[in-house]
Amino acid sequence: MAINDNANPQGVVHDGNLPDKPAPMATEGAVAWMRDNLFNGPFNSILSVLALALVLYVLPGMLSWLIFNANWTGGAEACRVNPDGACWPFVSSRWEQFLYGFYEKSERWRIDILLIILAIGIAWLVIERLPGRTFAAILMLFVYPVFAFFMLYGNEKMGLPIVETSQWGGFTLTLVIALSGIVASLPLGVLLALGRRSKMPIISLLSTVFIEFWRGIPLVAVLFMATIMFPLFLPAGVTFDQLLRAVIGVALFSSAYMAEVVRGGLQAIPKGQYEGAMALGLPFGKMMRLIILPQALKIVIPGIVNTFIGLFKDTTLVLIIALFDLLGVVQASIADPNWSIRSVPYTGYAFVAIVFWVCCYSMARYSRYIEDKLHTGHKR
Amino acid sequence: MAKNSNNNALAAPAPSFWRDPEKRAIVYQALVLAFMAWLLYSIVNNTATNMESRGLASGFGFLTSSAGFGIISTPFVPYTEDSSYFTVFLVGLVNTIIIAFVGCVLALLLGFIVGIARLSSNWLVQKIATFYIELFRNVPLLLQILFWYSAVLKPLPGPRELHEAGEAVFFSINNRGLIFAEPVGQEGFQYVWYAFFAAIVVSWLIRKWANARQMQTGQQFPTFLVGLGLIIGAPLLTYLFMGRPLEFVPAEMSRFALRGGVTVIPEFVALLLALVIYTAAFIAEIVRAGIQSVSHGQTEAASALGVKPSHRMRLVVVPQAMRVIVPPLTSQFLNLTKNSSLATAIAYPDLFSVFAGTTLNQTGQAVEIMAMTLAVYLTLSLLTSAFMNWYNSRIKLVER
Repeated sequence: MAINDNANPQGVVHDGNLPDKPAPMATEGAVAWMRDNLFNGPFNSILSVLALALVLYVLPGMLSWLIFNANWTGGAEACRVNPDGACWPFVSSRWEQFLYGFYEKSERWRIDILLIILAIGIAWLVIERLPGRTFAAILMLFVYPVFAFFMLYGNEKMGLPIVETSQWGGFTLTLVIALSGIVASLPLGVLLALGRRSKMPIISLLSTVFIEFWRGIPLVAVLFMATIMFPLFLPAGVTFDQLLRAVIGVALFSSAYMAEVVRGGLQAIPKGQYEGAMALGLPFGKMMRLIILPQALKIVIPGIVNTFIGLFKDTTLVLIIALFDLLGVVQASIADPNWSIRSVPYTGYAFVAIVFWVCCYSMARYSRYIEDKLHTGHKR
Repeated sequence: MAKNSNNNALAAPAPSFWRDPEKRAIVYQALVLAFMAWLLYSIVNNTATNMESRGLASGFGFLTSSAGFGIISTPFVPYTEDSSYFTVFLVGLVNTIIIAFVGCVLALLLGFIVGIARLSSNWLVQKIATFYIELFRNVPLLLQILFWYSAVLKPLPGPRELHEAGEAVFFSINNRGLIFAEPVGQEGFQYVWYAFFAAIVVSWLIRKWANARQMQTGQQFPTFLVGLGLIIGAPLLTYLFMGRPLEFVPAEMSRFALRGGVTVIPEFVALLLALVIYTAAFIAEIVRAGIQSVSHGQTEAASALGVKPSHRMRLVVVPQAMRVIVPPLTSQFLNLTKNSSLATAIAYPDLFSVFAGTTLNQTGQAVEIMAMTLAVYLTLSLLTSAFMNWYNSRIKLVER
């Protein structure tokens, strides 16, 4: 008897070796990873095979069309010879138009300067180690738009020739509409949010009706109204620029969405903050400006960025009222008979998609980052 | 007397007019109201003057006059070129409702699938879902609509290149749209419908009985499977028993075009594809966030009680996740409905395109037409909100 577990109180005694146990299942390496993540169970195995088939079906064709088999050099002729790949010369020969629209060639440096300042301003706001970010925010929200307007439109006294808004276009116009929409909608949205939460019945009612009206109608309708109805509303003789009308429409539209975002922030501030401010004897304006809004606006930064992403994508709708934003310019260029090649429309759409995707995705990442920073705890 | 004067001395002096918040509120509101009244008055006044100077008649009289243009797709509403503008309005309304309804249902389905795939333990499936979400929600919807319409559907070969003259076509995808054979019910097909409705009623009764029994005895009953079997099985059996009283009438290729059959126009397909794919990406993120919002303690407690994984998901996680999912889901449905107005970019005959577009151009009645159009969108928004609020109040957490 090798093992005697009754008679010997000292413990279990073996004589000789026990047989070897089988080696433990690998827990590291490629095979183990695949077993854990792809083939844990029959259902997941089937799913993995199907998913792999999907990837193999879509990805090679896409990469080949976009990169490996695409035409990178030459002109329309090269694309005509090889219609089975993207026609990037179409984009490279027209990128200036896509960026500046029909803006005077000699005046394009003005847009360049604005874009550089915009890039610096955004970097300043986003990189947290830099000092004076509140100052930068005020500068970008209030000073930059005025400066940008004079730079873009021109002013004879400042020695800048006037460029009519009908010549603005391309990505510049996309930025103009989206940025002025967001800059105008922020203060309006804060006012509307405060109005909706106000205890004064008439003000609260009017704010609610305003917000729900704009949130209930499509942006296309807003743009249509801006083009067709707005001139009817004004006294005879007063005319507004087409672009300005569109911008006003977009700003009113997005201010309703902004108001709801800000209202979410106001509701998230604990009641003690309001009561504390009142106990200190602060009047309403000071309470909001010094105590409530700084906290509320900070926690709704992700919401503001998301609203901006939506607005940025929606600027493409101005195509419908015959303003030429990036998509409009590309759409118009596709129709050029010199470039009537099968791959050109796909290339044009792919280019616009890539531009918008890069902008929106990076903003979404930023918003996610802020959200993660604010949202601590309850994580596993 | 003395007591009285004492009281007066202790009471705070009445605040001056401007320092009393209540009186100040009245003044503020009166000012705002006066401003709004002035704004409204001047808008109405200016509009009336402007319309008069442009020779535009006001009023809804134009609705009865004949439209005189054709519309490519007019389901449910009989329409000819002689029909009135009001019929145009109805056609557009029906088309908008169809695309919004079908779009919402499909986007919900796709969104739930992608949202659950996003949380899958399968690495590849999870990555594909993430890729899908990040790709489609960061590209403008209008671009996607134009892509599906003019880059995918329009370059398809025409019916003449696909079919020979005289050919009977049961299913075809070409640049005229999606064409399939028309199912025509024969004598006795109504019994299939009866069986279908009877099955629904019976499975509802079974569910009531099963719930009551479970409450009393704790015994469970496979309600879902039995119900599904009934609802599919009963009509199917009736159908076979009645001798398959359904005939598929194919489209026929004439010399130039396909005649007969059911046609789904490419504008509809493009708009639907774009709306569903775009909105589903957002819904997927909402579903993911909702499921993740259910705290781990809940799943762990369920596991500790010995609830099996499929029940854990269905009985513990999903009901709690729904409370988080439903409000943002509502706004996605609203967005889809409003975004369907982008149909005007590819001329799908929705309300916006035929009424606020073509009709407005022909009649010039901007104020009336925009008012009617906006009223429709606002009503649709309100109805969707009302329905989702009703649903939300049904599933929300019952508190003390």
